[in-house]
Amino acid sequence: MSQANNLLRLDTRTSKRSTMLLEQSIAKPRRDKVSLNAFAFLFAEIIRYSQNRVLGIQDLEAKLNELGKRVGVRVFELFMWREKTVHRETRVLPTLMFINTVVWRALFDKQADSLGRSTDNEDEYMITDNEPNILKYISAPKEMSSFSPGAFLAGIVEAIAEGCQCPARVTSHLVPAEGMPLKTVILLKFNKEVMEREKRLDAGK
Amino acid sequence: MIHAVFIINRSGGLIFNKNYSNQLAQLSSNEALIFAGTFHGIHALASRISPALKGNATRDLGIQTIDTKNFRMHCFQTPTGIKFIAATDLLLTDLTDALKSVYRLYCDYALKNPFYNLEMPIRSDMFDTMLLKLVQTS
Repeated sequence: MSQANNLLRLDTRTSKRSTMLLEQSIAKPRRDKVSLNAFAFLFAEIIRYSQNRVLGIQDLEAKLNELGKRVGVRVFELFMWREKTVHRETRVLPTLMFINTVVWRALFDKQADSLGRSTDNEDEYMITDNEPNILKYISAPKEMSSFSPGAFLAGIVEAIAEGCQCPARVTSHLVPAEGMPLKTVILLKFNKEVMEREKRLDAGK
Repeated sequence: MIHAVFIINRSGGLIFNKNYSNQLAQLSSNEALIFAGTFHGIHALASRISPALKGNATRDLGIQTIDTKNFRMHCFQTPTGIKFIAATDLLLTDLTDALKSVYRLYCDYALKNPFYNLEMPIRSDMFDTMLLKLVQTS
């Protein structure tokens, strides 16, 4: 009888680490580094899980995009809190700079490699990452060569853009370059209202 | 210099096979599969009849090198039963470190690849490029 009681007590005892996790201060990002290997395994399983439930590359990218959006919303709140500034970007260019520097540095410990504007359409902007380290171990087979696992990153960017009042349609594309087989370009196509608002604000200055 | 690399899974099937120099005759895919199966068998036999201590179960007790007149074959078995085999010239005597690096590459670019099914042949560009780089530098 006492052995059964002991067993019950063992089951309900919560580990010290999990209670400490909830009491950590979110302002100090001291212990929130996760090992890349652990995340790589989790991300690979996420992709495999999604692949079983979709019927095509577009759907798979859309599913990853949605997952990224959920992450992006929470990440946006956290980083605005940690920045301790009262100012939230609402214009297009400062939003892109915010994503490029603050968000990328907080998520991946480095800045996104370049920011550019598409020459063909004036409402398209591109964020380039030469070697996204969460995608380092993924190599798609030949029949899925157009699949870009950066769709997850695109989802994060889309949620943040929406949080900064510049809703956009974000997609990710693999552009293997010399020495950088994983170079990913995240294309943001801002909505029409955003571009019109930008034009009005620029004209009003 | 390394002539060829083979990887055999836990059931004896060949999952990776690549030649890096033209000094070894190119095996047809059938011959490579037969080679893998045979090697798997004799490795198991060797570990059974080995007079070494059986206390330490994770130590690699099977075949480690096979010497011939023209080349040497090295084998490294992981605790999970996967065998990494390299055929090299006679100058290299101990290839355990290089084979451990190949194991690390396998863990990285095959196991973390969502499009790789376990125990199946490895079809990953990243794995091929990184392995080529490793072979060229060793």
